[in-house]
Amino acid sequence: MGNDEKTKRVVFVTVGTTCFDALVKSVNSDSVKQALFEKGYTHLLIQMGRGSYLPTKSEGDDGLLAVDYFTFSSSIADHLRSASLVISHAGSGSIFETLRLGKPLIVVVNEDLMDNHQSELAEELADRKHLYCASPQTLHQTIGDMNLSSLLPYTPGDATPVAKHINRFLGFPDD
Amino acid sequence: MAEILKMFVALIEILKLPVIDKSNGNNFSSVSSVAVFSSAIFVVTLILIRLLYVIYCNSRPLSKRASKPVSTLIILGSGGHTAEMLNLLAVLQKDRFEPRFYIAAATDNMSLQKAQLLENSLIAENATRVPNTAQFMKIYRSREVGQSYITSVWTTLIAIVHALWLMIKIRPEVILCNGPGTCIPLCAIAFIFKVLGIRWSSIFYVESIARVRRLSLSGLLLYKLRMADQLYVQWPQLQHQYPRAIYVGRLM
Repeated sequence: MGNDEKTKRVVFVTVGTTCFDALVKSVNSDSVKQALFEKGYTHLLIQMGRGSYLPTKSEGDDGLLAVDYFTFSSSIADHLRSASLVISHAGSGSIFETLRLGKPLIVVVNEDLMDNHQSELAEELADRKHLYCASPQTLHQTIGDMNLSSLLPYTPGDATPVAKHINRFLGFPDD
Repeated sequence: MAEILKMFVALIEILKLPVIDKSNGNNFSSVSSVAVFSSAIFVVTLILIRLLYVIYCNSRPLSKRASKPVSTLIILGSGGHTAEMLNLLAVLQKDRFEPRFYIAAATDNMSLQKAQLLENSLIAENATRVPNTAQFMKIYRSREVGQSYITSVWTTLIAIVHALWLMIKIRPEVILCNGPGTCIPLCAIAFIFKVLGIRWSSIFYVESIARVRRLSLSGLLLYKLRMADQLYVQWPQLQHQYPRAIYVGRLM
């Protein structure tokens, strides 16, 4: 019995509802695809949002990753769940949806955005070792250097302290 | 306060001069214009005193124990904002915060849908209770992401008029918002309603989880102008920078 079936390891790339051509281009580049391939990933699925740059589809029979892409889906939860690695723009929704599913995450900050407050969140979570942070240019380097087992799981947050404060302020009794 | 009184006294001094200098024939019009002017100053001073009183009361918990549900306005923003707000709504006791009014920006298609899903799931849960009274409304946006600040002045004015219309209809007792520019005209009007005695609303602002080191523009305005009763931040760095903010940990 040969080892015919390689385990499918999908890298899911998402830009949310934004246009982030720089990330799609970077992920589509040979250096990034090579870095991912060397780490054992087999499939690359790109959710490209409102971007105009189209990646190159591939069946993966040229010895590299299989590449596919789409623009939007009503929920990326399923794609996140079936991914082995997620590369995402720095939107808080995408970040926390991924972290709550316990998936390894590389966040790429869009340097073209005016007033880039998104980088604060990505950097803080990277400092706390919940994810890796990269730019479109350094992505291949981050992939090569990353050690996913060193990432710390993210404990989901809790809105009850806020609810308590609001209730107390308004004079509602504590539960 | 001292400055206000000094201004008031100085203005009265200025107003006295024309009455003394002018001839008899001009006295009547001078007196009536002085009367109008003094009344205006008087009203402005009253409003300023009321304004200071409101700011003083703001951030102090309401003194009366809440005995009945409070009408609640929930301001939704795009994407991450809505997700955080829905997280908060999930842990709030729905029977205390009703009727609920949801407002989202006109160009935001997803947020009201998500809120409707939440409300529908509540109806499904509580089939025996009175029908859900939640209302969903759209508001013109003060400023689109990336819009130039100059054209934003005009669009903000339109947003303010629309906000005024909505607020007069709703007059909520509680406002929950978490960041989008949509909340500024609404909160400003709520604050004015407070000062004018039209409706006392408690404004709760939760700064987005994406704001780690700096407040957003909305947060900064509400904090500096003391318009929010309570401003919550999700990262400790912000609490150090803005001492009147309340650190509540992460919501997501």
